[in-house]
Amino acid sequence: MKSLLTLTPHGLYCEAGDFFIDPWEPVDRAIITHAHADHATWGSRAYLTSSAGVGVLRARLEQGASIRGIEYGEQLELNGTTVSLHPAGHILGSAQVRIEHGGEIWVVSGDYKTDPDPTCTPFEPIRCHTFITESTFGLPIYRWPRETDVLEEINAWWRANVAAGKTSLLLGYALGKAQRLLAGLDPSIGPILTHGAVERMTAVYREAGIELPATQYAGAAGNQADATGAMVIAPPYADASIWARRFGDRSTGFASGWMMVRGARRQRSLDRGFPLSDHVDWPSLLAAIDATGAGEVWVTHGYTGTVVRWLQERGLDARAVQTRFEGELLEAGQLASGSAGPEVESAE
Amino acid sequence: MKRFARLYAALDETTATNEKIAALVEYFVSAPPADAAWAVHFLIGRRPKRLVSSARLRMWAAEEAGVPAWLFEESYHAVGDLAETITLLLPPSDNSSERPLAYWVEGRLLGLQGEDEDAQREMMLESWRELGSRERFVWNKLITGSFRVGTSQQLVIRALGQMSGVPEGVLSHRLMGSWDPTPEFFQRLTAADTRDADISRPYPFFLAYPLETDPASLGNPAEWIAEWKWDGIRAQLIRRAGRTFLWSRGEELLAGRFPEVEDAGALLPDGTVIDGELLPWVNGAPLPFAQLQRRIGRKHVGPKILEDVPVALVGYDLLEESGSDIRSSSLRERRERLATLLQALPPERVILSTAVPISDWRAAADARLRARELGAEGLMLKRLGSEYGVGRRRGDWWKWKVDPLSVDAVLIYAQPGSGKRAGLYTDYTFGVWEGDHLVPFAKAYTGLTDEEIRKVDAYVRRHTLEKFGPVRTVEPELVFELAFEGIQRSSRHKSGIAVRFPRIARWRTDKKAEEADTIETVRGLLKTVNGEQ
Repeated sequence: MKSLLTLTPHGLYCEAGDFFIDPWEPVDRAIITHAHADHATWGSRAYLTSSAGVGVLRARLEQGASIRGIEYGEQLELNGTTVSLHPAGHILGSAQVRIEHGGEIWVVSGDYKTDPDPTCTPFEPIRCHTFITESTFGLPIYRWPRETDVLEEINAWWRANVAAGKTSLLLGYALGKAQRLLAGLDPSIGPILTHGAVERMTAVYREAGIELPATQYAGAAGNQADATGAMVIAPPYADASIWARRFGDRSTGFASGWMMVRGARRQRSLDRGFPLSDHVDWPSLLAAIDATGAGEVWVTHGYTGTVVRWLQERGLDARAVQTRFEGELLEAGQLASGSAGPEVESAE
Repeated sequence: MKRFARLYAALDETTATNEKIAALVEYFVSAPPADAAWAVHFLIGRRPKRLVSSARLRMWAAEEAGVPAWLFEESYHAVGDLAETITLLLPPSDNSSERPLAYWVEGRLLGLQGEDEDAQREMMLESWRELGSRERFVWNKLITGSFRVGTSQQLVIRALGQMSGVPEGVLSHRLMGSWDPTPEFFQRLTAADTRDADISRPYPFFLAYPLETDPASLGNPAEWIAEWKWDGIRAQLIRRAGRTFLWSRGEELLAGRFPEVEDAGALLPDGTVIDGELLPWVNGAPLPFAQLQRRIGRKHVGPKILEDVPVALVGYDLLEESGSDIRSSSLRERRERLATLLQALPPERVILSTAVPISDWRAAADARLRARELGAEGLMLKRLGSEYGVGRRRGDWWKWKVDPLSVDAVLIYAQPGSGKRAGLYTDYTFGVWEGDHLVPFAKAYTGLTDEEIRKVDAYVRRHTLEKFGPVRTVEPELVFELAFEGIQRSSRHKSGIAVRFPRIARWRTDKKAEEADTIETVRGLLKTVNGEQ
């Protein structure tokens, strides 16, 4: 029997329903799990995403792109397949795609996490026959500390920097991570400044009704604002840029799952690394796969080989699938070729 | 252990020197002397003895963590540090140990010695369970003997100086040679009375800075002495109280390794310290470094090897004479005294380093070009009026190496690095053309900037052809200029050639893979450099 989804040069394709999921080339019909650049590519004729995700997707795609939103759980008939979107807990509007056809159910998870995040709807496990999962942090060394502990650590670091007369520069993805950080900051410590890319996405979150503390756009490079004692939220590539220099004496932190490993922090000469990720860690990944009840698992971007072997040793039919998704990137070099300007947000 | 783990974290969390020193001072002031002594021991890079094999540690940690061996190894490759891998994999712990560092080292770590496998396993599991995760990390670092935390000996000395008021030069001297990390030692180390003596203790080595400008900038050549820069083992030969000690620059006591040199040293008067270079030496000239490698690490030196590879100490300097520290007198004077002293010795085992005549800087430049023929790495330029300082300083002593040899080679394999470079592809193998395929030629791990490393890493990830464990074969497209110091035939290398100190000189983004050098070009270098036919 033909597989409900197949991998084509354009991306994951459902022949029965004639649509693509997160295609990396322009297609006629694209279902988008979330608005990060490696999942939401420009140029397709029609996009379908969750209602909650329409705003962020629109901010990421070309002007005038045709985007339709459906509610989480709402069922849609597409050429005889039944399609619905379910919360993935990754960023605002992120969705898993459930496809039912001829009694067979597939779920494409996109990127997801099961840890709490006040800026998006929590992940929901969906029963299915075949589950397509990411594996960005598919190694047992990745076990996230409690979110509240990490946020507390960030606030403590900010307080210590205020006392030492330093600016806190906190790096994290402009879409998703930055807003999650904002929601966890204690605004009584000091003013919060943002990089342009962060400010833009934060505005979209606010429009969607997500409550976030007041922020102030730090302005373009060369703008000499006194930011002593402030918390500056910026995308990872801003660290080495001229833009960051104006903040003078600063302590730089990076919020990313990669910060679990000391070497990753030291490679970038960061002062602090905060292990906060919008992806599942090892135990949550295994628990999520288990909760789907799937007998067949396709493993994409990340430690695919490791996760596949682990699942196979446990009797599941698992296979690695080569996609162009990138998960969470660690390095500025991976994030952008050279130092991108404030308005350019690269693959996430 | 808690206090020490906190110090470790504080040192690890900052790149600012002043903050590191402040953390060290705070620790030394508050820690009991027994702990402080061990902290100094580890922080200046003295390695704890490795009492548990890495294979066993891996096995027990994997068991305790409930992961299979293959998954432990995958994790290790992502982390690049065994101690940290174990820490990340062990089940979470909310415990913490109030017991002092000295207890953990003396009572626990050293207690592992001589125990059988089962007992060691029990002791390790028990320790892991008693400690919190930060403490576990430090404990694992001690157990694996790879204790590095971005402090240098110099930083520790500065902190000890601030804390005790003892001059840094005195502290540095007290930390040389062999000592046991006891509370008494720590008290002696920071004691205000500086008339201490230890007959075996060497002086801190004075090191030269690389010369990167025209030597004419050094002024009048008559005020300088030029010597050959040899590629051997820098060492101090000490004769005091009727005993002879030979120390390497790595502060290793080379007792019994170079008996011919120690025997010659026994003929020196008491109260003598000579700084020089150990070299395999026959008929007034050095043998290639590879010959010295046959002697390094050999504890039992038989008559055959002594005859094949006799070693001499080429004396550069005299630091102590008749029991007096003469480091602050001029090099001119020290060298004259050294010459006089060595006249009384039998020839060939302790030799005065040759002064290369340099009537002008032009002559120095010409001499430097001849260095490689003589088996030297270049010239040393020292101001005749200079004193013998501590550490590496600019101004009076310069090393002026010959330009390295270089070859353009293609990146063919990459492997993740360890430590700071964990998880990044930083360890590269390069190939040169032999007909239409690339033959592995050299490995190089250094020379790229962090930004270049990230770019190469991204390239490796996207252009992998095959994976063999942690090693990836990549599409052969990137060309790098490799620099190296020496070149030799080798039966152990696929290319038939071994190079010394290979590193990446630059990334040749202007070159395509097919423009890289061929094995014939490399063989040509063998000929020009070593005069081979």
